[in-house]
Amino acid sequence: MLEVKDIRKSYQGQPLLRSISFTVAAGETVCLLGASGSGKSTLLRIIAGLEVPERGHVLWAGGDLACVPPHRRFFGLVFQDYALFPHLTVAGNVAFGLKMLDLPQEEIHGRVIRTLDKVNLAGFEDRRVTDLSGGEQQRVALARALAPDPRLLMFDEPLGALDRNLRQQLMAELRRILRLSGVPAIYVTHDQEEAFFLADRVLLLHEGRILREGTPAEVWTDPGSVWAARFLDAGNVLQGAVLPGGKVRTIIGTFPLTCGHAHQAGEQVALLVSRRGIRQVSKGGISGIVTDVIFRQDGYKVTLEGGPDFYLPEAPRVGGAIFLEIPPEGIKCLS
Amino acid sequence: MPPNTRPEQTEAQKRFSIHTFASSWIRPVLPWLGVSVFFSLFFFYPLARILWVGLNPASLLALFPGSFLLASRVLGFTFYQAVLSTLLTLALGLPVAFVFARFDFPGKPLLRTLTAIPFMMPTVVVAAGFNALLGPHGWINLGLMRFFHLQTAPIAFIGTLGAILLAHVFYNTTIIIRLVGNTLSHLDPQLEQAARTLGADPKRVLYRVILPLLRPSILAAALLTFIFDFTSFGVILLLGGPQFSTLEVEIYKQAVQAFNLPLAGLLSLIQLLCTLIFSVLYSRILTRTVVTSPPRAAGTSLHKVQTLRQKLFLGGMVLLLLLLFVLPLASLPLSSVVRLEADRGQRGQVSYGLTADYFKELFINRSDSIFYVPPFEAIGNSLAYAALTVILSLALGFPVAMALIHPRRLERILDPLLMLPLGASAVTLGLGFIVSFNKPPLAWVTSPLLVPLAHTLIALPFVIRSLQPALASIPDRLRQAAASLGASPSRVWFTVDWPIVVRATLAAAVFAFTISLGEFGATSLVVRPEYPTLPIAIARFLSQPGGLNYGQAMAMATVLMVICGSGSLLIERLRLPGTGDF
Repeated sequence: MLEVKDIRKSYQGQPLLRSISFTVAAGETVCLLGASGSGKSTLLRIIAGLEVPERGHVLWAGGDLACVPPHRRFFGLVFQDYALFPHLTVAGNVAFGLKMLDLPQEEIHGRVIRTLDKVNLAGFEDRRVTDLSGGEQQRVALARALAPDPRLLMFDEPLGALDRNLRQQLMAELRRILRLSGVPAIYVTHDQEEAFFLADRVLLLHEGRILREGTPAEVWTDPGSVWAARFLDAGNVLQGAVLPGGKVRTIIGTFPLTCGHAHQAGEQVALLVSRRGIRQVSKGGISGIVTDVIFRQDGYKVTLEGGPDFYLPEAPRVGGAIFLEIPPEGIKCLS
Repeated sequence: MPPNTRPEQTEAQKRFSIHTFASSWIRPVLPWLGVSVFFSLFFFYPLARILWVGLNPASLLALFPGSFLLASRVLGFTFYQAVLSTLLTLALGLPVAFVFARFDFPGKPLLRTLTAIPFMMPTVVVAAGFNALLGPHGWINLGLMRFFHLQTAPIAFIGTLGAILLAHVFYNTTIIIRLVGNTLSHLDPQLEQAARTLGADPKRVLYRVILPLLRPSILAAALLTFIFDFTSFGVILLLGGPQFSTLEVEIYKQAVQAFNLPLAGLLSLIQLLCTLIFSVLYSRILTRTVVTSPPRAAGTSLHKVQTLRQKLFLGGMVLLLLLLFVLPLASLPLSSVVRLEADRGQRGQVSYGLTADYFKELFINRSDSIFYVPPFEAIGNSLAYAALTVILSLALGFPVAMALIHPRRLERILDPLLMLPLGASAVTLGLGFIVSFNKPPLAWVTSPLLVPLAHTLIALPFVIRSLQPALASIPDRLRQAAASLGASPSRVWFTVDWPIVVRATLAAAVFAFTISLGEFGATSLVVRPEYPTLPIAIARFLSQPGGLNYGQAMAMATVLMVICGSGSLLIERLRLPGTGDF
């Protein structure tokens, strides 16, 4: 449905977005995941038509939107700090987009009631938006964007200002509403938990480029680059030198080199070594001295000398040496 | 706890507790003593006298019905010109506020300052400025006369309603620009973007989102403008001429020219009632202007001027602002150094062109002049009055401002009373002095000291309001930090408090000084003819025929303009960041 092609934009002379291309299919939720300042919000605003890219195109169903002003794109946008109209009531806010469509009064009323019901705000019609809590305000913002039946919904860090419990509750509601309505959506966040929870597909944004693209599971297990692995905290990133014979030596032992392309002996490579699915063995595998053991609700986080850490079901003795066996799928090459 | 159970209590602690006991009721009252006496004698008593004079049944009966007709006619015109002025001010101010808040263009800060300059200028200066530009001897008329070889001035400006309206627009546009522009630049730009993504075109965004959100501040700015136009005195007296009479002008005429104090009192009461109603309305509206959306850093919604239409619009606006705000005040000093017509009684060859004569004349006591007070004496009087006003208002205001830092119940009750003189018009305050101090034991009406006393009354609210936030801005944490770093109490005071106190006091002093120098309304009523102030002298010279008188009026107005302009710049420099506008 939506196609973003080679978007470029700079901010105060610095390139912010350098050639961004991706698509959003019908009914799909795509999450743009990146650190703050990575240009995620700017990209959303370009898609909404609120900003003009220096190069590139935004297409909807094959048609270029360059000459379509924001109010004719019918893309809903939910802002991080809600941007509710303070001079209107809850119902007035939700009805705003419907009034812009010049719908008859009764239909507007009915749709406002239904939409508020959808976001669990039935009965809030006449409340002032300034009297609402953060979570309620965000629900109104969502209802306001949903009410005119947009062709695409966009979320700009919508849960960033809320506390953890409320965020998880709203994430679940949002997932339900997105599945139910079937509207394609783009969700921008710096929080991987939100991204993995909501997304059909995750796009990792870094330094103005899309670094990795795939389902949450694909992105998590194989982030592809050192930056992505560290950003997602997907496991231990270990530097090592390639040995003759296709193995890599790191501070905690040697690993087989699993990537497809050939490496020269002596070359420096980075590996991602998973923290989970690790078995403690009596001998062999990799080894290290335990420097710290921290209790976690589902096991123990064991840190070895030099930094790497693993999750083990039992706590080893601090200061002693342990031997670990890492399954081959727990080791990935990073670029 | 009885003292005998606390043997460890030191001598110093005992003294402290006795000290606090003895002064428990005196100490909070002490700072208010001076102000209370001053206000009772020079504000509340005169008001009560006006009330008595104006509502005295005997004199009311004598005034009926002719004077009532006059009063209603005057009241009608006061409303009429104020409404017209306000509408015109809005018509100019709103678009400018929008452009200033939304667009970034070179010269914007300068233009912004320019629009605020009139606000600091005394009315006589503004009247003289418009006279120098559009008066019968003004640049435009003289230029047209010479160019088209005309015998009389083609543009009749002074003495028309247009002159009043233009001067009011000139004065008050900055209120609209500041108040509305401030709200506008603090509007969350995301609100507009949200409206856009919800299907609103730019026009609907304006009417459905921006204007509704601006309505309280537009209303507040309009009402404030209206109040200033309603109580305007100098502009109407000096630019409107004899045929236009607002309440203010009529009070002055009745009190000074017709000696009809009962009628002046009655008009004053009407004036007081009106301003009271407007002030209450204004403060009501002001509480609603608080924008509830989170404040954004101003400037995030600034655009560059791009399309040709925008450029044309902006160019036209800048040109209009420059014409309106630069020409009158620029004409003034020009007129003071250029001889354009023969002086009165001058025969033979007249040397036209650049001249320093008008400034030289300021120091000459012409025995043949019908004024026995030479201009330099008026300047001297004004400076002396201003100095007295500074001393008096600081002496009265400083203790109060200190007391207001930690307001208790007493402060909360008395604080609003301090602002009352702002609500009464200057002419009413002057009238109050006349009707109060005209017979023993308070027969001070012949004393020149009434002028600085009236000025103090007008300046005091401003002095307190500029001192108080600065003094209160010194955070206790700063003092505590200094103390915890080892500074003794006196060290703390000198390193933390002193620099801010000095700045604030200086700013307040300059404020009082410029207010006193420019004050015209109250002064017109209480001034002794033999000790005129600079504005009074300017008004006199302006009303006299002849090039010399005209030139001297221009020279004096230029002096006044320069002093008030630099005073305002100084205040702006001294002002702490973050203290508000109106």
